[in-house]
Amino acid sequence: MAKITMTVNGRQVSGTCDDRTLLVHFIRENLGLTGTHVGCETSQCGACVIHMDGLSVKSCSILAVQATGSSITTIEGLAKDGELHPVQAAFRAHHGLQCGFCTPGMVMTAVDMIARHGSNLDEATVRAELEGNICRCTGYHNIVKAILAAAAEMGGARQAAE
Amino acid sequence: MGVEGIGARVARKEDKRFLTGKGRYTDDMSVPGMKYAIFVRSPHAHAKIKSIDATAAKAMPGVIDVLDGKQLTADGIGNLICGWMIHSKDGSPMKMGAWRPLADETVRYVGDAVAVVVADGVNEARDAAEAVIVDYDPLPVVTDPVKALADGQPQLHPEAPNNLIFDWELGDAAATDAAIAAAAHVTEVKILNNRLSPNAMEPRAALGIYDSGDDHYTCYTTSQNPHLARLVMSAFYNVAPENKLRVIAPDVGGGFGSKIYIYPEEIVCLWASKRTGVPVKWTCDRTEAFLTDAHGRDHVSTVKMAFDSSNKITALKVDTIANLGAYMSLFSSCVPTYLYATLLSGQYDIPAIHANVRTVYTNTAPVDAYRGAGRPEATYLLERTMETAARELGLSPAELRRINFIRTFPHQTPVIMNYDAGDYEASLNAAMAAADWDGFAARKAEAERRGMKRGIGMSCYIEACGLAPSSAVGSLGAGVGLWESAEVRVNAVGTIEVMTGSHSHGQGHETTFAQLVADRFGVPIDSVNIVHGDTDKVQMGMGTYGSRSGAVGMSAVAKALDKVEAKAKKIAAHLMEADESDIVIENGELKVAGTDKSVPWFQMALAAYTAHNLPAGMEPGLKEGAFYDPSNFTFPAGCYICEVEVDPDTGKTEIVQFVAADDFGNIINPMIVEGQVHGGLAQGIGQALLEGVHYDPDNGQLLTASYQDYAMPRADDLPSFKVSTSNTPCPNNPLGVKGCGEAGAIGSPPALINAITDAIGNNALTMPATPEKVWAAAHAAN
Repeated sequence: MAKITMTVNGRQVSGTCDDRTLLVHFIRENLGLTGTHVGCETSQCGACVIHMDGLSVKSCSILAVQATGSSITTIEGLAKDGELHPVQAAFRAHHGLQCGFCTPGMVMTAVDMIARHGSNLDEATVRAELEGNICRCTGYHNIVKAILAAAAEMGGARQAAE
Repeated sequence: MGVEGIGARVARKEDKRFLTGKGRYTDDMSVPGMKYAIFVRSPHAHAKIKSIDATAAKAMPGVIDVLDGKQLTADGIGNLICGWMIHSKDGSPMKMGAWRPLADETVRYVGDAVAVVVADGVNEARDAAEAVIVDYDPLPVVTDPVKALADGQPQLHPEAPNNLIFDWELGDAAATDAAIAAAAHVTEVKILNNRLSPNAMEPRAALGIYDSGDDHYTCYTTSQNPHLARLVMSAFYNVAPENKLRVIAPDVGGGFGSKIYIYPEEIVCLWASKRTGVPVKWTCDRTEAFLTDAHGRDHVSTVKMAFDSSNKITALKVDTIANLGAYMSLFSSCVPTYLYATLLSGQYDIPAIHANVRTVYTNTAPVDAYRGAGRPEATYLLERTMETAARELGLSPAELRRINFIRTFPHQTPVIMNYDAGDYEASLNAAMAAADWDGFAARKAEAERRGMKRGIGMSCYIEACGLAPSSAVGSLGAGVGLWESAEVRVNAVGTIEVMTGSHSHGQGHETTFAQLVADRFGVPIDSVNIVHGDTDKVQMGMGTYGSRSGAVGMSAVAKALDKVEAKAKKIAAHLMEADESDIVIENGELKVAGTDKSVPWFQMALAAYTAHNLPAGMEPGLKEGAFYDPSNFTFPAGCYICEVEVDPDTGKTEIVQFVAADDFGNIINPMIVEGQVHGGLAQGIGQALLEGVHYDPDNGQLLTASYQDYAMPRADDLPSFKVSTSNTPCPNNPLGVKGCGEAGAIGSPPALINAITDAIGNNALTMPATPEKVWAAAHAAN
């Protein structure tokens, strides 16, 4: 059994689990944060994307023990003070989700994508960057629209603050 | 329409929980004492089970029990059933072979469940499942449906000689043959419709909870129709009587048909919970999903379409072999029959049609409804045939369609359906304008200069939705009625709860159903809650599939709202001492028309519950229910146009534009309708370009059992879509809606293949049109 300590959504957490436990199962089962989903076992679908030390990571492709000492943000930690993160708000405004199952991973991927590209994102880049996230409901049309809108808004906001 | 009423582009009420990680899916459920199930599955596609030895597995750490099919049979759990009886043309009933929830004698496909391990954790259960020793005696295998019908092939079920389930026909064979014999031109095509895996992103899951104190069962499950699951598990599988079984389908992460059926796993979890005395949860992994979720399509057809000298279609003759896999899934028999052959008239006036359909057992996963269910198969067949015919006759694809469109309604086809309304030319014109069809030649020439082959293709689809008039489907063999129920509860403070038998798993009912209420009473949608998916909360319902939630589910809500409105007006009239016929409801108030007298909605509701001052003889409270049984199917239709560029060096197809022009009748929320079309298009394009389930024909091993082997459409495989709608309201339901959930998946595959074959100049191409196939076809043409 492994003893795990990490910071999740700004809070120090710890727990014990089987050495072979994947980070996604530690997050879901030990921490009860069920917003991070499991859609496959081959690191293809992206429903389990979280942020680990500021980088987007598929939490099904890393052991919980490998994440010990790290700082994790899950979908539950994105909205602040009851206000949706601009990416979450854009997904709602543009109908970028239907059944909601891939949505947490999509949103976490999108936040990371916008952090790296800023408002320079274009449709082709967004589509290429979504290669690791599968959605079966939306045909991606509105997800792409939502990410571009959020990027424009967040880029604009950053410029205004500068 | 009001800002939140019918027709308004309202953002979804349910989004906040999904966007913040607060969705509650079956695998998110956790109850005290809960343990985990892992199924032992057959590695063979066909074998006799000689023995099962679980001694070592039972002794492993954390293992509570290992249960097998003999115990399940001894406990009286029944066989899985197909709920739609089809008779062969010789009058004999379909040959349904036994499907045990846990196989106890024979396994018939790779993934067939043999035993279940219940353990403290998933890891312990998985380890123990690998330690269960099943001694198999392998049998010969057949996976190809055409081959399975031949003499001397492996036999799956003793009930079905030569693996033939039924040999069924629809239409007038003699009239069709006579018209073909007299035709000026006959187009003949062989059509393959590739086998698909539905792939809802949420894998299936079930949590069975047996309460020995009340002898009561609760089942959380990933279902599109929890009430039907309860009915079937009670009436046929002997799990528990309905009053002792609660089925809850909480948030469900997509269905596309695959979650209509009652699978072995939820039955086994309930049974195992009683056997072990602990709640038992099972969650499918993706490879299990590929192995055991019901697949879709898998048809082999030959087609003859006859034309007279003015290019009018005079007859259509279709012979189809449909692969139903190893067992008959719940609605498997109606998909290649009454959901398929009845749509073979398409948008065209065809005087004679005959379809013959043989369904076949093979050593593959069961095949059942997948988004569109029969209608995509009919549309692909017809629209590929129309395209081929246009090329043979030297007509433009649009011209051949215009010559043959049905233009007057109602229209009785020769294959049961009675089309109620439509304007097919309007969709065709809208799509051609949006696609700039006339500018295609210039674009093709420009592509040619870059060394690219550009092609354009269209598809004019029709589907039958709003499933379905109960007496009609009953007469055709359905085991259930396909009405829907609703109950509207107005609370004492005026807030409203709507209980519906429809189930939302991505369709946005919590928003669109609330829009109906907002439209009717002028109350904000935030004061309306839509309740679904729990047999303890909603009395009965038939669930969501076949684009039925709008046309049937919402119509039931509309009917219940009629009753609430009538009683509310009576109360308001009494309170204001006015005549009830003078009461109008606007902006959350009940007003006396032409006066300044009004009662706020909440005050009327409070009066209903205080009951201090109600009209004489009126019962207190304000709660009304309704069952709505449609009088006809609905007939959404449209035209899709796809334009592609094929790289002749690599065979890679790029979709440069995709246009959808649909007629869905009236629309409740255009944003949600567009989203449904986008998603359907992606699945249809996936079928045409990428997806295909493949079994090894020699041993029945599934070769496409993960996302590394089965090509799902990704964002960079698809373009942004150009979608629009026109409207001929449906005359047969109170809201004039037709349904939009499946259109995209139905109309898009032929448009895409018509475009690619146009680009490469070779009509011989099968789905999925992978670069290898397209390259070969392009080179064969030169």
